[in-house]
Amino acid sequence: MNDAHAKLRGVKRIYRGVGKQPPTHALGPVDLDLKRGEFLSVVGPSGCGKSTLLDVLAGLARPDEGTIEFEGKLVQGEVPDGIGVVFQEDSSFPWLTVRENAGFALARAGMAPAEIKERVDATLSFMGLASFAESYPVQLSGGMRQRLCIARTLVTRPRLLLLDEPFGALDQQTRLLMGDELLRLWRETGATVLLITHALDEAAMLSDRVAVMSARPGVILDLVETDWPRDRDSRIVSEPSFGAVTARLWSTLRGESMKSMATQ
Amino acid sequence: MKFDKLLVLAAILGVWQMTSLLVGVEVLTPPLGTFAKIGRLFADPDFGGHVWETTRAFALALVLSLAIGLLVGLALGADRLAAEVGEPMLTAFYAIPKVTLYPVILLFFGLGFAAKVAFGALHGIIPVALFTMAGVRNVKPGWLRAARAMRLTKLQIARSVLLPAALPELVAGLRVGTALTLLGTLIGEMFASQRGLGYLLLQAMERNDPATITALALLLTIFATSASALLLALERRLDHARVVA
Repeated sequence: MNDAHAKLRGVKRIYRGVGKQPPTHALGPVDLDLKRGEFLSVVGPSGCGKSTLLDVLAGLARPDEGTIEFEGKLVQGEVPDGIGVVFQEDSSFPWLTVRENAGFALARAGMAPAEIKERVDATLSFMGLASFAESYPVQLSGGMRQRLCIARTLVTRPRLLLLDEPFGALDQQTRLLMGDELLRLWRETGATVLLITHALDEAAMLSDRVAVMSARPGVILDLVETDWPRDRDSRIVSEPSFGAVTARLWSTLRGESMKSMATQ
Repeated sequence: MKFDKLLVLAAILGVWQMTSLLVGVEVLTPPLGTFAKIGRLFADPDFGGHVWETTRAFALALVLSLAIGLLVGLALGADRLAAEVGEPMLTAFYAIPKVTLYPVILLFFGLGFAAKVAFGALHGIIPVALFTMAGVRNVKPGWLRAARAMRLTKLQIARSVLLPAALPELVAGLRVGTALTLLGTLIGEMFASQRGLGYLLLQAMERNDPATITALALLLTIFATSASALLLALERRLDHARVVA
């Protein structure tokens, strides 16, 4: 697969122990190819190294073994241009307005103010935040703040969007709707999306492919193709094949979740 | 809003006048007498020298408080172990009545200017350090991760994330530090000093001169409250976490 957008080969991550604690083998070895423009989700039991996988792929952490390539170049301890990350926790800056938050990365990169304004305006209205441009994050709801974090990443026009359980703190209805929005932005931006999640239904509903990870140290046990049409939304949950996909994910994951619970 | 403040001012002047009448003008000089005394103080050619002495000592002590306090606070805030060891020590030292240490300071720095400055700084360093520490600890790890994911350089992270995140606490430290440094400087001047407003105050006490005492107290109050109000206003403006919808 030479057209892979991002390529992981034998990636391992081991955390050194603090003091006399033994080192923790958190991840790997993982081999994974992300196809350009696909929507891939990673599910796995808690503590299986899903977030570590994202950190390593983004260049926020270095792998202890193996290599990561993004658009043909090695990723080494630095976030490459073209990758955007949205984290689980709300990381909007409370001292900046919604508009300033959204334009933050572009302003630091030295872009002209007129162009920043144009991009920020477009992204804020795309994310339904246009009327809150001059508000501060504390004045927004949790879901809106997470949308702001997504907007802040989208303005940089990432070609690979990495999402680390971005809806983890939201209620179920909001999550379903945010999932629809995520599908819409995936279609309209044409970006490759990698979503880390612990919610099976979310992974099954959104993705072209779902990678199922084992308990720690996390390796990929199964790659499930969903065969959904590109033009889809959350109503797919009523399809009979949706049940089949979720069932297959759960049959692999059940044993791993039990192992993970036993060690915690 | 303006009207409220005028009302408060009128109330203060009223209570002051009444108290003065109750306890006697030879104990507390009434407002008008005090204003007249302030006028006479400024007419005195020696007075400017005393004001300059105190201003100089206070300014230097404040610069030292801020510089050392910031350094200590940043060092302790950046490292968890250092914070766990350092904070209780700072808090304990904060609780000591520092006047008991003045004889030691005098032995160290000798009688005069250096001792006042050191004593003033001694009061200011700890609150500045404690607030700086709190400010550094207010920086959420998620902000730093997001900044790194947005490809910011280390310098940009310091300027655009760390500084604004810690700024409300830094200004609070500056406000408390300013008030306590002024207190320390004045106490320092009251003993073992031949110049400055603190010295004038003690001299007036010894000469039983209530008009001078009241006049100096009023001048210092005005200075201290305006500095504090200014910094408090700045603090409120910076602290968006407390902005309510």
